Amino acid sequence: MSLLHPVLGVVLYWLALGVVGLAVPIARGPHARLFFGLGAFGGFVLAFTGLAALGSWPLSMVLPLGLPDLPFHVRIDSLSAFFVMLLGFASTGVSVFAAGYFEKGGGGDIQLICLQYHVFLASMVMVLVADDAYLFMVAWEAMALASYFLVITDHRIEEIRRAGFLYLLVAHIGAIAILLSFGVLQLGQWSYNFSAIRDNLLSPGWAAVAFLLALFGFGAKAGFLPVHIWLPEAHPAAPSPVSALMSGVMLKTAIYGLLRVSFDLLHVQVWWWGVLALALGLFTAFYGVAFAAVQTDMKRLLAYSSIENMGIVLAGFGLTLIFHAYRMNLLAALALAATLYHCLNHALFKSLLFLATGSVMHATSHRSLGKLGGLIRRMPWVAATALVGTLAIAGLPPLNGFVSEWMLFQAFLLSTGLPNSYLNMFVPVGTAAFALIVALAGYVMVKFYGIVFLGLPRESSLEGAHDAGVLERIALVWLAAWCVVLGLAPVLVLRAIDSIPQMLIGSSLRESLNKTSWAFLTAMAPEHASYSPIVFVLVTVAVVALTFILVRRHFHGRARRVAPWDCGFPGLNARMQDSAEGYGQPIKQIFEPFFRLERHHPSPFDPKPHYRSKIEDKLWYALYLPIERLAARLSQWVGILQQGRIAMYLVYSFATLLLLLVLIR
Amino acid sequence: MIWFDLVSQLLQSLLAILLAPLLLGWINQCRAWLQNRSAPSLLQPYRMLRKLLEKDAVIAHNASWLFRLTPYVVFASMVLAASIVPIVATDLPFSPAADVIALVGLFAVARVFMALAAMDIGTAFGSLGSRREMLIAALAEPALLIVFFTPALIAQSTALTTIVEQLAHRQLHLYPSMAFAAVAFVMVLLAENARIPVDNPSTHLELTMVHEALILEYSARHLALMDWAHALKLMVYLTLGIALFLPWGVAQPGHWLALPLAVVAVFIKLALLGAGLAVLEAVSAKMRIFRVPEFLGIAFLLAVLGMLIHFLVEA
Repeated sequence: MSLLHPVLGVVLYWLALGVVGLAVPIARGPHARLFFGLGAFGGFVLAFTGLAALGSWPLSMVLPLGLPDLPFHVRIDSLSAFFVMLLGFASTGVSVFAAGYFEKGGGGDIQLICLQYHVFLASMVMVLVADDAYLFMVAWEAMALASYFLVITDHRIEEIRRAGFLYLLVAHIGAIAILLSFGVLQLGQWSYNFSAIRDNLLSPGWAAVAFLLALFGFGAKAGFLPVHIWLPEAHPAAPSPVSALMSGVMLKTAIYGLLRVSFDLLHVQVWWWGVLALALGLFTAFYGVAFAAVQTDMKRLLAYSSIENMGIVLAGFGLTLIFHAYRMNLLAALALAATLYHCLNHALFKSLLFLATGSVMHATSHRSLGKLGGLIRRMPWVAATALVGTLAIAGLPPLNGFVSEWMLFQAFLLSTGLPNSYLNMFVPVGTAAFALIVALAGYVMVKFYGIVFLGLPRESSLEGAHDAGVLERIALVWLAAWCVVLGLAPVLVLRAIDSIPQMLIGSSLRESLNKTSWAFLTAMAPEHASYSPIVFVLVTVAVVALTFILVRRHFHGRARRVAPWDCGFPGLNARMQDSAEGYGQPIKQIFEPFFRLERHHPSPFDPKPHYRSKIEDKLWYALYLPIERLAARLSQWVGILQQGRIAMYLVYSFATLLLLLVLIR
Repeated sequence: MIWFDLVSQLLQSLLAILLAPLLLGWINQCRAWLQNRSAPSLLQPYRMLRKLLEKDAVIAHNASWLFRLTPYVVFASMVLAASIVPIVATDLPFSPAADVIALVGLFAVARVFMALAAMDIGTAFGSLGSRREMLIAALAEPALLIVFFTPALIAQSTALTTIVEQLAHRQLHLYPSMAFAAVAFVMVLLAENARIPVDNPSTHLELTMVHEALILEYSARHLALMDWAHALKLMVYLTLGIALFLPWGVAQPGHWLALPLAVVAVFIKLALLGAGLAVLEAVSAKMRIFRVPEFLGIAFLLAVLGMLIHFLVEA
């Protein structure tokens, strides 16, 4: 039995669960617990199958499915295995959470959700193991459709229908680009097997066309500028477990596709592709983080943060391309490992945070940051696990987000040897931009956590908020635990994923990883740089414990509880805290040129002063609305033809016939 | 040998922890002289710490565990930072645990915990301080990273010990990239340590305060730990400045006889830098909070310029 069998088995299992779940009409609670709980086992199996398949020999199979002359080819190699593992780890947590989440309502018909959810999962796995362009596109479309239906679960709300339509539109524009990219890649051989495509030697011009189409097509799914607009609309619209899957896993399938096309299917990599990807990635990341800082809806904030993180991933991918194009393969391996590490990290902490917002929404029925606050006292489990996610996504040591950022910084710093003086000037600027993005991410996450979980409750209804249920807690702890493990043992993780740079770039980090013990992460050589999260944690914990004991022993541990210090102005209330708008205000002011601001200030004489501010995406007005207007005008011209009278259409037929008679005499 | 290293590591950390309040006392004394006041004793910060440690802690009703944990985390982060920076010798057993990037991360950990704890009680001042602190940090942190990257590129390493060893053995002449980095570093130091042009360490109950607003709710032992950590942070920043820009005299591995000399050198440098800081504070006025982003933007630009100059001229 090969390792492909369990993967395909899980796909079948999920499809079967979905169909049975659709057919079995039992009460909501038991239904959710049964089917989503069973679904979680599939994720668990995939996580460890993927882990086992990392570094093993590629395995392929032909499935007796598909069209007569176009059977489905599947294959698992290290790259697929890594993303299957990522999907497994994230979806285990999300499914367990969903079992508790959908039990309590939220969303539409549970039987339908069960089908869509499991089809969504299964199609994502098929995208990852597809070995021909045909199956890839089928799975890609199934994934887009299943997630579209999940996004519009609450389809009675008009905004959600709009968000769903926008998502579907962008997904399909992207899919067309991917299809065209495969069309270029097959080079007139009419064979869409990846194994055949690999043998095609494209000219540099056509290779660039294929790469650019793939970058656009996969970028539309990953949320790169300027096709990011669906993300902040669709993520908040979907139920939280679905947002978690979309943000945590689905965005990564786009990265998988990008890596597959540019490093596996294409033979040549040109340096300017990397520069393009790096610049686009940094710009996307900056855009995402600046918008995240001014959001007032917690799920929109997280959606913009996803844009930021995908931008970072794209920047890492760009660095990999640059290094690889200049045959600096060791550095390319480092950058690629950092890119993959960040994908894995983001899958874990973003799922965790989206799930936490789900618990918060269930407990409070509020999504707006302005109506939350003080939940650390009502929801200790959610608050504690969300704190881990917050610190991880803010890139703080010793958690996992820091590891990938550290490696990316090292890759940036090691780029001094590039034999291109223009690039040498560009790289410091890129490093600076990356540093700024990382620091702003910290700002955003403190805002998110501080406003939702800390302070006084901003609404009286929050007093009755309850902590998440047992299943939800298990899911949150599962994801938070992996954030910690990935932060503490980076060398073990890197050794496990080392076969991917080996496969795609032909160079691996094995030598530098084996030079030191597993506790010390190094970049290239220990004297160049090293970082040990274990020592970090041990020293910090030891100092905390020692300080605590010393203070208690030599002094005392007495404490009195009193009212907060009001600075002599009594009447402190929850409305005096910073609101989400207030917390984001400095960023709004500094980066004002990036936003489209609409502000309404009350005059001092207003009896009922009302402050309103609206922040919109400039790109929407600069790019999308002109396209929409153009489309509208074109259809108006076409509309002149459509008079709606039968005589007119008969005249058209007559004219066409006459024309044909004249032309084809 | 490993034990010897560990002992010297512990000695260095203890020295930093115990001497940090003294540095603060020295700066206050210099400032008082410059302002023509009679100065408090050099040991005044120690007395304050002792007083605070002996008092009963007063905690708000709704303070959560995060609020009580934060002083310990902040203090521990600063102790770890002080253990990483090569103050007197470059062969520290802890130094492979963190390079300059991790050091910046360590400062960020302390800051994020402080900012979160400040929001925990839900007073207006707390969240105001938290917002301002995070804003200053969001602009100062990248500048600090870039300041570190210039010497890191020169030494081809981000490990602090390697950087210091390399820099201490360069020929003594002016490197333009390092000059830019040094100016940027001083600006970041002022901002991150809540010193005068950016924040006023002796202010209270003013709408302009940043750091004091963050720790407004803390009292007794928690406040003592916060204050101590703050003093330690200033110490770490000054020793970092010494290590990067004035590294001469630091003891090389295996040169045990050079150690006493190195200690004396560090004392002299710290005293001079402390006095310089006092002069800087005496001659400048606190700027409006809205000007701070400009100030830090200049620091960021200077740091990037330094790095670019290294790429273009010196590489």
